[in-house]
Amino acid sequence: MTKTFSELGFPGRLIAVEGLDGSGKSTQVHLLLKWLEQQGCRVFFSEWNSSALVKSATSKGKKQNLLTPTTFSLIHATDFADRYERQLVPLLRAGYVVLCDRYIFTAFARDVVRGCPPDWVRGLYSFAALPDLTFFFRADLEVSLARILDNRPVLKHHEAGMDMNLSSDPYESFRIFQGRIFEQYLAMSTEFRFTIMDANQRIEEQQGLVRKLVSARIDLKRFAANKPR
Amino acid sequence: MPAKNPRSPRRKDIPAANVVVPRVTAKRFLGHGLPGEDVHKLAGKLIVVEGADGSGRSTQISQLVRWLEGAGHATLQVGLKRSTLVREELELAQQGNILSRTTLSLFYATDFADQLENAILPALRAGFIVLADRYIYTLMARDLVRGVDPAWLRNLYGIALVPDAVFYLDVSPAHLVQRVFAKSPALDYWESGMDLGLSRDMFDSFLKYQALMREAFRQLQRDYGFHIVDGERDPAAVSDELKEKIAAVLVGK
Repeated sequence: MTKTFSELGFPGRLIAVEGLDGSGKSTQVHLLLKWLEQQGCRVFFSEWNSSALVKSATSKGKKQNLLTPTTFSLIHATDFADRYERQLVPLLRAGYVVLCDRYIFTAFARDVVRGCPPDWVRGLYSFAALPDLTFFFRADLEVSLARILDNRPVLKHHEAGMDMNLSSDPYESFRIFQGRIFEQYLAMSTEFRFTIMDANQRIEEQQGLVRKLVSARIDLKRFAANKPR
Repeated sequence: MPAKNPRSPRRKDIPAANVVVPRVTAKRFLGHGLPGEDVHKLAGKLIVVEGADGSGRSTQISQLVRWLEGAGHATLQVGLKRSTLVREELELAQQGNILSRTTLSLFYATDFADQLENAILPALRAGFIVLADRYIYTLMARDLVRGVDPAWLRNLYGIALVPDAVFYLDVSPAHLVQRVFAKSPALDYWESGMDLGLSRDMFDSFLKYQALMREAFRQLQRDYGFHIVDGERDPAAVSDELKEKIAAVLVGK
């Protein structure tokens, strides 16, 4: 789909945040949520809350390393569709501002890096409308990597991109994988009108700008919780 | 003394010892295909039998397996909802009817992709004749009847290998319902399309739904090209037709 929820006549609005792990996007969306709630806005933060069934298949696939790039892509598309049809669409029909930590662009970047044809991946997700506003948190790759890797976390197999044989060292594999995802994000930033945020800035500076942009682009008065639609 | 004639009347019940080696023909994907997968030189053959429950699919497939193995070909049977990855979850989803349209559609596609990569392609590489008890066409027909965009489905199943032969066992809904009752005492919720709300009456819904499915298969036949086989005939007659067409596939026609 090439239309946003607003262009499709939905009363609600969807705001997505995208970026690498460690770009600070989750912090920013959390602060945006708190602000919108305090404004008395009808707002909903959509966490990845898929059906037990889809979740069970996904985690089995990952744990037992059953997934190929194609099934990895399809099972995540299933998971997204579930969340889209059961949660996002009804909320947007009901006139909510919905905040999404990651949206279809995560899949576009990740699956293409894994070798799936870009047109095929985009086609899979073509049932989904585009966000009304997409923030891309662009931090220097080294900064994002350091935020994740400095704690020496145990990286999961797919998270580190170990399924692609980039390197036998999970940390090195993660670096290469994230670097490629970063390139994919940049390549689609114009096409999908990403609002690019300088994620190297201070948290407060970024949040100030996020709030300004949201109020400029979305008529928040319309979303007041006490106002019946 | 001359050697015994191998075709002497006494031995006529034993099948001929010469085993036909199937000719390798070029294979292709329906669309984009699978990343890094070259299918041009797959030695085996993929034969698909489509049709509603009660159309005689399983009977025909077991006949074909007997015949093919008797003729010296190794076979593998695959079907829907048999993947290691999502089989159990799909079963539960069906029982509870809790997933919405696109979700269920993608879940089935995941099941298909898992079997394609882990069962069908390895068997074809090894030179097996793979018999698929339903394939992507059933999945597409079900979705088309539920209003899914045909272009979206064509892209989704661009990962699928184009079979060497596809047979749709065509049976009218009125005939089908008799066959279903001959086998089981009740109609199946999904085979009656009850999720579509065509009718509250299950019998009525079954007839309407199966008519829609039949129409969807005719549409798919126009788009993708396959054999529509009259499945209302005697099973032996149907089997003869399938064998004749498969024999032609094996010699590369």
